[in-house]
Amino acid sequence: METLSFEFPAGQPPRGRTLVGCVGSGDLEVLIEPGQAGTLTIKVQTSVNGAEQRWQHLFARMFDGQNPPAMAIDIHDFGATPGVVRLRLEQGFEEIGHD
Amino acid sequence: MTDSAAHLDKHSFVELGARQRAKALLDAGSFRELLDPFQRVMSPWLSRQGVVPQADDGVVIAKGSIAGLPVVIAAIEGAFQGGSLGEVGGAKMAGALELAAEDNRNGIPTRAVLLLETGGVRLQEANLGLAAIADIHAAIVDLRQYQPVVGVVAGSVGCFGGMSIAAGLCSYLLVTREARLGLNGPQVIEQEAGLEEYDSRDRPFIWSLTGGEQRFASGLADSFVADDVAQIQQQVSQFLQKGLPEHQRSRQAELFLQRLARLDAEPQIEPATVRDLYRGERS
Amino acid sequence: MSSYSLRGLHWFDALSAAAKPVTGLPASLKVADGALGDQPVRFISVVGDPDNRFVRARNGEVGLLEGWGLAKAVDEVIAADRDQPQKRALIAIVDVPSQAYGRREEALGIHQALAAAADSYARARLAGHAVIGLLVGKAMSGAFLAHGYQANRLIALRDPGVMVHAMGKASAARVTLRSVEELEALAASVPPMAYDIDSYASLGLLWETLSVEQIEQPTTADVARVNECLVQAIGDVAATGCDLSGRLGASNRAASSRVRQLLRVQW
Repeated sequence: METLSFEFPAGQPPRGRTLVGCVGSGDLEVLIEPGQAGTLTIKVQTSVNGAEQRWQHLFARMFDGQNPPAMAIDIHDFGATPGVVRLRLEQGFEEIGHD
Repeated sequence: MTDSAAHLDKHSFVELGARQRAKALLDAGSFRELLDPFQRVMSPWLSRQGVVPQADDGVVIAKGSIAGLPVVIAAIEGAFQGGSLGEVGGAKMAGALELAAEDNRNGIPTRAVLLLETGGVRLQEANLGLAAIADIHAAIVDLRQYQPVVGVVAGSVGCFGGMSIAAGLCSYLLVTREARLGLNGPQVIEQEAGLEEYDSRDRPFIWSLTGGEQRFASGLADSFVADDVAQIQQQVSQFLQKGLPEHQRSRQAELFLQRLARLDAEPQIEPATVRDLYRGERS
Repeated sequence: MSSYSLRGLHWFDALSAAAKPVTGLPASLKVADGALGDQPVRFISVVGDPDNRFVRARNGEVGLLEGWGLAKAVDEVIAADRDQPQKRALIAIVDVPSQAYGRREEALGIHQALAAAADSYARARLAGHAVIGLLVGKAMSGAFLAHGYQANRLIALRDPGVMVHAMGKASAARVTLRSVEELEALAASVPPMAYDIDSYASLGLLWETLSVEQIEQPTTADVARVNECLVQAIGDVAATGCDLSGRLGASNRAASSRVRQLLRVQW
């Protein structure tokens, strides 16, 4: 198991918070809450070691130059593929957007 | 309505996660979660063993109402660590039942619904899981003096280990065709007793002995319903409104000892034997 | 040499020497009514029975007959003492290697049999009976849940053969995909996973631990010592009530207390 941290420039915090997914095999749990204005923080606890670069690339593709909301994202990952990670994150963003 | 329309109209309960199941059973708008995942009361034991924790430790506690009656639901998330109970998840369930019993002593008729998808004790927290399960047993027996405790084993994990004992303590037990209920998991029995005794890979055999349909047909469950949100909700609601059962299954020692005395325990057992032995004089 | 443990039987015989045996129960249950000082008690033990009709329950395992039989033995006491001012104490002598693993057991609902036993012990507690669990050997998993874990005071004898656990070492290793050696190394650093009684005691679940001279075959002094402790435990129950709250409070079980406090605040 590894614990990783990431930061990206962001806009204003969202109002709501949400939880999607579950720490089941091949899945992950994503908790999204309002963060500090200007910064998107992501903390990942993952069962797969040595994948920091993969997470970095995945997040960079999603957030770089996008000015996302200033979220505090907490991820508990149980071996999800990048596709599942992206799906869960998008699901979470959509739910935040609806609040 | 045509068959296919009826099929499309159904909503699977089994496919729902623990939180969604609790929401689906409670009266609309009444769901209020206690110790929600954002409070991050997580297992103090998993991370230090290199196992990723879950924010709610796999147990959802929600208060609300069903048919207007005050209810607390404890729902186990079967997808996280096989629905196993550790210290935190176990204490959430035990503590909720203890507070429900206390409510009743203070004149508030809180009932409980337990959504059981669990392999039993979480082995990484072994003795604390076992102790929590003993607390859960104690609390069910306490609360059950006042108001019904309804157990639901919907599937797909089933209900095993110490939590199958909890299921056996409930005032009413509801199962679906997707449910399995047994003390020992198939693999453990095969390991301990051998392939001859229990072939854990023979799925039809396992289901014929421990599946929901067989448990209901043998009188070891009170209701057998389809995997459908509306039907399960309706049945749970009926049990809650019915009050305490006339006969508590776990209090019929004399009856079950008589039945077992009639059994020829020499030959290996068949599912039909159990149904005949137990169903004959179902009260 | 027997293939199963005789500790439970020996301690039962020693503690209930002056007590009256209770009949009408499965042969794998040893039950007797006696007294500790002026306190009436019922001693209850599950023992090996090589002639058990259920072949998977011949070595002292708690199976179908044992679960339902324990329930009967306890229910009798609750019913008989209903209107008595002084309720009999129940002394569960615990030496149970496991629940019974077998096809007949699962098919016939061993979970329900064990539920009946736990149910009766819990109701005895709620009815005001002191229920004391005396651990003289193994107290494993479902077997312990059915026989002993509903006690409001747990007493363990200090001996490597006295152990509480959710699963035997070999099975636990297989299920968690570890070797027995890895499991033992891990258990040494994670108290709830350990098999020894000191680690278990650190969880706060025991009321007392006692050293004896001869755990397998108790001496007169051992019996006197244990009797004295049982009397104290019964007195403590009378003084402080019948719930299980005495098990909370240890630092190795802090989360169990914290969760309850938070639930109460948010209730």
